Amino acid sequence: MDTTIPAPIARTKSVSPTWRRFSEAFQRHPTALIGGAILIVMIAMAMLAPWLHTIDPQQVFPIKRLRPPSTASWFGTDMLGRDVYSRVVYGARVSLVVGLAVAVLSMLFGLAIGLVTGYVRRVDAVVMRIMDGLMSIPSVLLAIALMALTKASMGNVIAAITLAEVPRVVRLVRSLVLTLREQPYVEAAIASGTTLPLILVRHVLPNIAAPLLVQGTYVCGSAMITEAILSFIGAGTPPNIPSWGNIMAEGRSLVQVAGYLILFPGICLSLTVLAVNLLGDGMRDALDPRLARRM
Amino acid sequence: MRNRTSRSCFAVGVIATLGLAATLSVSAAFAQSQKVLKFVPQADLRILDPITTTAYITRNHGYMIYDTLFATDAKFQVQPQMVDKYEVSKDQLTYTFTLRDGLKFHDGQPVRSADCIASLERWSKRDALGQKLADATESWKAINDKTFALKLKRPFSLTLEALAKPSSNVPFIMPERIAKTDASTNITEAIGSGPFKFVKEEWVPGSKVVYVKNSDYVPRKEPPSWAAGGKVVKVDRVEWIYIPDAATAAAALNAGEVDWWEQLPPDLIPVLQKNKDIKVENIDPLGSMGMIRFNFLYPPFNNAKMRQALLYVVDQNDYVLGIAGDPKNGHTCYSYFTCGTPLSSEVGAEPMKSKRDLEKAKQLITESGYKGEKVVIIDATDQPIVHSQSLLTADLLKKLGVNVEVQAGDWGTLITRRTSKEPIDKGGWSIFHTWLVGPDLTSPAVNFAVRGSGQKGWFGWAEDAKTEELREKWFEATDAAASKKAAEAVQARAFEFVPYVPTAQFIIPTAYRSSLSGVIVAPITLLWNVEKR
Amino acid sequence: MTAYIVRRLFSTIAVMAVVAFAVFSLLYLTPGDPAAVIAGDIATDEDIRRIHTRLGLDEPFLVRFVGWLWALLHGDFGTSIFTNLPVTQLIGQRVEPTVSLTLCTLVVAILIAVPLGVVAAAKAGTWLDRAVMSFSVLGFSVPVFVIAYALIFGFAVELDWLPVQGYRSLRDDFWDWLRHLILPSVALGTVYVALIARMTRASMLDVLAQDYIRTASAKGLAPNQVLARHAFKNAAIPVITIIGMGVALLISGAIVTETVFALPGIGRLTVDAILRRDYPIIQGVTLIFSAVYVLVNLAVDLSYVFFDPRIRY
Repeated sequence: MDTTIPAPIARTKSVSPTWRRFSEAFQRHPTALIGGAILIVMIAMAMLAPWLHTIDPQQVFPIKRLRPPSTASWFGTDMLGRDVYSRVVYGARVSLVVGLAVAVLSMLFGLAIGLVTGYVRRVDAVVMRIMDGLMSIPSVLLAIALMALTKASMGNVIAAITLAEVPRVVRLVRSLVLTLREQPYVEAAIASGTTLPLILVRHVLPNIAAPLLVQGTYVCGSAMITEAILSFIGAGTPPNIPSWGNIMAEGRSLVQVAGYLILFPGICLSLTVLAVNLLGDGMRDALDPRLARRM
Repeated sequence: MRNRTSRSCFAVGVIATLGLAATLSVSAAFAQSQKVLKFVPQADLRILDPITTTAYITRNHGYMIYDTLFATDAKFQVQPQMVDKYEVSKDQLTYTFTLRDGLKFHDGQPVRSADCIASLERWSKRDALGQKLADATESWKAINDKTFALKLKRPFSLTLEALAKPSSNVPFIMPERIAKTDASTNITEAIGSGPFKFVKEEWVPGSKVVYVKNSDYVPRKEPPSWAAGGKVVKVDRVEWIYIPDAATAAAALNAGEVDWWEQLPPDLIPVLQKNKDIKVENIDPLGSMGMIRFNFLYPPFNNAKMRQALLYVVDQNDYVLGIAGDPKNGHTCYSYFTCGTPLSSEVGAEPMKSKRDLEKAKQLITESGYKGEKVVIIDATDQPIVHSQSLLTADLLKKLGVNVEVQAGDWGTLITRRTSKEPIDKGGWSIFHTWLVGPDLTSPAVNFAVRGSGQKGWFGWAEDAKTEELREKWFEATDAAASKKAAEAVQARAFEFVPYVPTAQFIIPTAYRSSLSGVIVAPITLLWNVEKR
Repeated sequence: MTAYIVRRLFSTIAVMAVVAFAVFSLLYLTPGDPAAVIAGDIATDEDIRRIHTRLGLDEPFLVRFVGWLWALLHGDFGTSIFTNLPVTQLIGQRVEPTVSLTLCTLVVAILIAVPLGVVAAAKAGTWLDRAVMSFSVLGFSVPVFVIAYALIFGFAVELDWLPVQGYRSLRDDFWDWLRHLILPSVALGTVYVALIARMTRASMLDVLAQDYIRTASAKGLAPNQVLARHAFKNAAIPVITIIGMGVALLISGAIVTETVFALPGIGRLTVDAILRRDYPIIQGVTLIFSAVYVLVNLAVDLSYVFFDPRIRY
């Protein structure tokens, strides 16, 4: 869309928000704290996986297939006898990496492209049309096409989801930049002869950082869900390497006989996405309640 | 909310909800004067041509709308189907066939000799057994509209078996004008002379296929036995409803929204058995066989010792569990021919039957000169049978110290990648897994996977002159005993050369509601004779 | 206004051209070969090569691209490689279920989310606000197929209130059509409840802080009347924006919903086509997707005129 509702984002301050402001605001938003705590637990689980009473998540034991949860295998075994608990713990790695990688990459690319389109008029029209085009191809289809092109891999999944998220970030950055350009202090800076890169670094970036970060958290959560959906369709990460999404996808037909195959990874995935979203909401409220309007 | 508007809103809301609830409960089942059989097929039907493709779903479609000259019955005997009587000359070089009365195509045209001849010629261009028959054929001649003769150059004892072939490709009879289509181009019209008619206007590819009873069909008088005997249709309409999600299909069958689920994952049997109105059965006496297929063009599997190593570590019991879930649904079969059929035996099978020997396998690998080359298993995650075999084999290879990587994709990717003759680093492959139905593996004639025809052969391109020689000898066998011996020789060689590793024999169960009766027990899915209360 | 519409239509065509080129290139680079799929299991290399040539897959990129564009301009989207049916017919068969699902989902999502957002905004900062927002985010955090399975096993199997799967055409029977769409819409709708509720709340908060709202309260209007008469209309714009952006998201979610509930929709058609490498279908559908997306966004932008008289094109 060409028109977005204009709104003054940053008031007159051109100084980056201090960490003190951050933490004060956090204390006023307990849900954000809960979200942050859950996220830290999940990241810790992913990093400490080998020491958490796990075995090789890919080791098959056909004779032990489809055993319900017991003291021997806490979350039961799947259709090839693999230990579900170990797969869920190691699965955190893939899911979190996908989420974080997509968030970081889409922010970086979105920032770069958004800055350019915000400042360089001539490129704007062309690039925005391309972004529109990209947005109109559903990410799921892009991912399947990429997988069909080569093979199932984490790289393909990350690439496909990033490609779908970048246009939205570009839109956000672009509209922020367009508004900021009109700000008096920016005009003053231009008038006093500051070069473009310096303007970007000193005035534009600090004021974009906050909304970008908030958007990043939402993208992270959305990417983790999309990964699950892709695994469901069969275009996700290679299924022998567990991720929460593909554990659920592999066990989907057995939900009535072995519901734990979906229950445990599902809880982990939902909790993490919930946590990330709460974190994002908290950050958004903390930084500037007016941000709520455009996110 | 307190004001008048909100109260009336509330009232409207309540009335609407009550009305909706009432309608929902009332609009349940309409009284149906038509008997409709709702069948959930194993795949979705995309290609309508049973000659250009060997896909089982298209073969099943073929059995609905086409008819065959002969058919194999449950006792493996050849029975006439469209043929009324036939004669074989004393020198075994001339076969004369006379068609039954009243055979008509769905467009009203009668079935003539010319139609049969054209159909068989098109079929023999694609089918291996058909090609063998064509090699031995001198000519086909239509004597009149109902009688035609086949003249052979030399005796071909499998002539009738070929014409009665139960599985892909089946020599279905089509109208001459359609059969004249080039054998590599899909036909577009689905007109046959079979017991059902295809309703093209209602076909939604990927979702629904509709057939209606062919009231002009004249069934034989004998009771049905596999694809032989009388094909009496006892319902008015058949709908093939493709449900891609297994859990949904199970729920639909439980709720009575569909009547028959052709193939269900064995793990879901307990879910359906709880329902008193559902029967879960194995109606397939021959089952299917899984296999590990190698790429013979590149190391390491171009070396026979490397392949033999797998014979010593593959434990068919594990593969039965991985594929069929429950030992009840599968069993070991140490043979290159479907266990339970005349030519199957365990000749040469010691490497697979004996106690699993990791050390011997490792020794064979060393002897083969394996230098740590990468082995790529191409996997299809949307095919559970292929997928579980891939993971089991990968696990075995890892235990043997082989540098193995599983590259996952979907079935479409797999069948594309397996056509590649490039080396690994250029997108090639070392191993793929698949499975074939019992009827496709019963003899050296139909079992294409055991052959050694090299570049012209099946994916993997196994080249072995000895296997081919033994196969030719089998064709020359004159009686059942000689045939069995020749088959044993082929198998013994197969256990040395290892064109593939048979992994398990399994039966995919079927489930249907108890309102159905008359389901035919056969290795192919047949929908006539089924009644619905 | 007319000039604006014309300009937008031109850029629409530009976007679709970009998409068409991108999709065509992507498919051209795909090593997957429908010829292999068609040929079947026991095909030989020759068979595959013959089919490959017959399908015209040997010709160079530009020839194929231009050929396709030319046919397109004549309304010919080509024929499916597998079923030999025209792509327009295949898409036409599948449009109704997907459109029905999308509409019902939007209705469900809006019906649940907008009141939630309004309530949350009205009681902003309280526990109710936080609870409502967290609850709506839950819908966003659970994958669609999990919700779908839960609904099927709960309502269709255990309680037997609604059908498990399938689709009945609107032309056949209204109530049956509705019954088959209830569970899929609810499943897919939960995802958008979060999005729309969040948007509604945020934009309501923004509007409620405006001066004219204070004036209305000062004049003596009851809080609910303030909400209904002044706040809501002005808050509608960002909500409509989200709905526009949601179309592409809806298609992704629809694919899963269509698979689980066995709805013969376009989502599944496309996935199947991609996995089988049925190029004409993939190209046709992607083009239509992007056309729909861009046109919906145009409609959304135009609707702003009605909601906000300040906006003029």
